[in-house]
Parts: sequence; C-alpha cells; structure tokens
Amino acid sequence: MTVDKQTTTSIDIGKLIGSVERFRNEGYRLVQIGCTKVGDLYEINYSFDKDYHFENIRIAITADTEIPSISGMYWNSFIYENEMHDLFGIQVRGMNIDFKGTFIRTAVKFPFSVPPVTVTKGDKP
Amino acid sequence: MTKQIIVPFGPQHPVLPEPIHLDLVLEDERVVDVIPSIGYIHRGFEKLVEKREFTEYVYIAERTCGICSFIHGATYCQGIEQIMNIDVPERAQYLRVIWSEYSRLHSHLLWLGLFADSFGFENLFMNAWKIRERVLDFMEQTTGGRVIQGASKVGGVRRDISSEKLDQMVKDLDDLDREMKELTTIFMHDDSIRHRLRNVGVISREDAFHLGAVGPTARGSGVAIDLRKTGYGAYDRLNVPVVTDSCGDCLSRCTVRAKELFTSTDLIRQAAKKIPDGPVDVKVTGAPDGEYFMRAEQPRGELVHYLKGNGSKFLVRSRIRTPTLTNIPPLIKMLQGCELADVPVIVLSIDPCISCTER
Repeated sequence: MTVDKQTTTSIDIGKLIGSVERFRNEGYRLVQIGCTKVGDLYEINYSFDKDYHFENIRIAITADTEIPSISGMYWNSFIYENEMHDLFGIQVRGMNIDFKGTFIRTAVKFPFSVPPVTVTKGDKP
Repeated sequence: MTKQIIVPFGPQHPVLPEPIHLDLVLEDERVVDVIPSIGYIHRGFEKLVEKREFTEYVYIAERTCGICSFIHGATYCQGIEQIMNIDVPERAQYLRVIWSEYSRLHSHLLWLGLFADSFGFENLFMNAWKIRERVLDFMEQTTGGRVIQGASKVGGVRRDISSEKLDQMVKDLDDLDREMKELTTIFMHDDSIRHRLRNVGVISREDAFHLGAVGPTARGSGVAIDLRKTGYGAYDRLNVPVVTDSCGDCLSRCTVRAKELFTSTDLIRQAAKKIPDGPVDVKVTGAPDGEYFMRAEQPRGELVHYLKGNGSKFLVRSRIRTPTLTNIPPLIKMLQGCELADVPVIVLSIDPCISCTER
C-alpha cells in the first residue's frame, strides 16, 4: 500500500489569509475545512491538494475567536465555514453565503462543542 | 428589468430520493441564481466516535451511506491502520479492492437507472437495476450483506473469498460486461438521450477544479482526479486508468460513469489474478494515538476520513468529508443559466447522496 504523504503546518490565525492565498496562487484545490475540539481549544484544519500532493494548515483558536472567511479565494469554502459555525459555533467573518445558523438544522445548538451526553441504564435517552 | 421569482425545489421532489432544498431564482423560465439548503436529516454520528470504541466505530462508519457503505468502512479502517502502523495482509488489501469495485459497479448502475428515470426512460431504468441485482448478488454471496457488508475491520477483513468463487466471479464478469455494454451504448449513443443531455448543466474545467468538484463530476469536465491513483490499498499494484470527458455537461458526466463500469470490472479481474494466498487479518493491540487524513475514491468522488486519537479506546474526532458535500458548489454553477425544466436532470447528474452528506 502506498502511503498518501501529507503534511500539517500549524500557523497563527493572523497568517491564515496569506497562507491560503499562497495555496490558491500555486494552483491547489481546497479539499476540506474541518474542526476538532481539543480541550478548550478548537483546531481548524484547512486541507489542499495539487496533483495528489496533500497539505494542511492548522490554526488553534478559543471559542470566542472570530476567524476570517477564505471564500474570497475559495468560493466553495462557504460549505465548510457554515458547517463549522452550525456544529461548533465558530464565528466566521465575511462569508460569501452566510446561512446564519440555518445551514445544518440541529436540535441542540452547536452540538459538537459540548461533551457527549452520558445515558445510564434506566434513564430516558 | 425582468421580474425575478423564487421557486423552491425540494426537499421532497420526485427526482430526489433524499431531501435537499434549492431556492431557484428565476427570470421567466431561466435560473439566474441558486441557494442550496441541506441539514434536514443531519444525524451527527461523527459525535458517536466519543462513545464507541475505535474497533466498533467501523459499523457506524459503514452506515454513513447505504450505497457505498463498504468503501466508508474500509476507508475508516485504513485510516486507523495508518495511525497505528498496522501492516495489513496483502490478501486483505486485494479483497478490499474487489469489494470496493463491486460497490462502484452497484452505485453507478443504480445511478444510471435513476438518471434514466429522471428523463423518462423507464425501461432503461429497469434494465440498469436488473443488471445491478447481479452485482448485489455477488456482494451478498461473498460478504453476507447486499447493502451493508460489514466485511472490513481494523487489521484486515472479516471474510475471505475462496479461489473457486473468485474464478466463478471472474467468469461471470464477462456476462456482466456484455450486459453493461448493451446498456451503456444506449446511454452514450441514443439520439433522444444525447439530445436531452448534451450542453445541459455545463461546467468548465477551470470552474470544476476551483469549485472543488470531485469524482465523475470533475472528470466529466476533464479534471483528471481519481484518488485510486494515490495507490491506497492494493491499487498501487494495479493499472488504474482515469476516465475523463471534456464537455462538462450532463452527457459527459453520464459517459464517465458508463465507462467506469468497465474500469471496475477490469480492476476486479486484475485483483483476482494477482491476489496472493495468506491470512486476511492481523491481531490489533493498543489504541490509536495520532491523526491521519485517509482519502479514498468513492463512486461519487474523493472521500476524506479525518481521524484523531489520543491513545485511548475512543477517538477524539472522526470527520467525514463526503463527495456530495464538495460537489454542491459546482452544482450551483451548473444550474446558473439553465432552464427550469432541466433542473432535475442537472441535480441528478452529480449523483447526490444526501445520506452521506448528512452524516
């Protein structure tokens, strides 16, 4: 099996736009933006690909940090940015299409930002 | 200035087996803009990764989709195996390729039937699904499941295929090829179908690439992205041709899928010829500590399973980026400027799988 080589570079939030712009100028496509809650922080991975060369940049933010949208460079990023907002409550500034929390309809607000509910035997779920 | 009106399309529509909603902004009969809306059936089961051991989560990963379930399960397992540096036996890698390609056959035949139904060719729809039944029979005979196979596990696969059964499967592929040839000839060359699909829902190569199109949606516009070329599983030992077409319209996307049926049968033949004897799994000890973006080629395009573990039995995160999610922005581009009557056919041309999208 050939291993898909991949790199992940952590950057400051202030360098996000510049880094994404570099990928855009070098002809990479946006593969995905994904968020992971690690302790009190949120890790956000931006993944890019060019000719099967897979690269990620990562920012780590607190819950109240607003991040800039990259939809000015990658128009399709609104899908991931709205998803991040609706599931994790990440505030994204300047999205080209802002669904204002209605992109993914959830019963619980920002469900992925809260710890899992523990149901013990006999409890109603 | 022409008056603009908004026509809602979906979430319930005869052409959609699953709910997605589009607000179509119309000037007369022409679509000038589209606002998509999903999330009607979002299950949020990525969150379940915090409550199921990583070896059990494969059952949940498989249920991301009812069509390409095997590939979801196998991709998840391969991601965990990368994090844990597990050397999966070669035979298991080949078996995963065989079942993945049968999944692709089943998915493409299902889509061809639905597509025929969308433009009113009912007997073609039934013929495609009749052939698909043969593929599902192979899946059932070799895994025990028609739709949810449960054949992959971390460290290998749960079932083996005997050499006699493999020989029989390869022989049966000739019949399958013959039937699919008759079917796809109609899709690609019938005058009424070409007239219905040519120059409908056009997206250029540049737009398809920059808007993140994947799979047949990208390859139909000449963007040669096929993750099987990265060589995961046993694909690095097989000859994987990338099927593309250049017009970027509904007929091109249909042609790519039609031709890919034969790529899949060829890959099954290659794998059956090269598959070595040996075990199909290894014992797994420990727990994943690290992260990996496992990418694979689903019938609809590039699939990403991002997995992150912290050394416990429970993963910290499973993030599944499905092909339909990333094909929504290109769909918006395809719909802009089309006629209202073409919308159902164009929507179906990306082979939307809302079940995957609403994981």
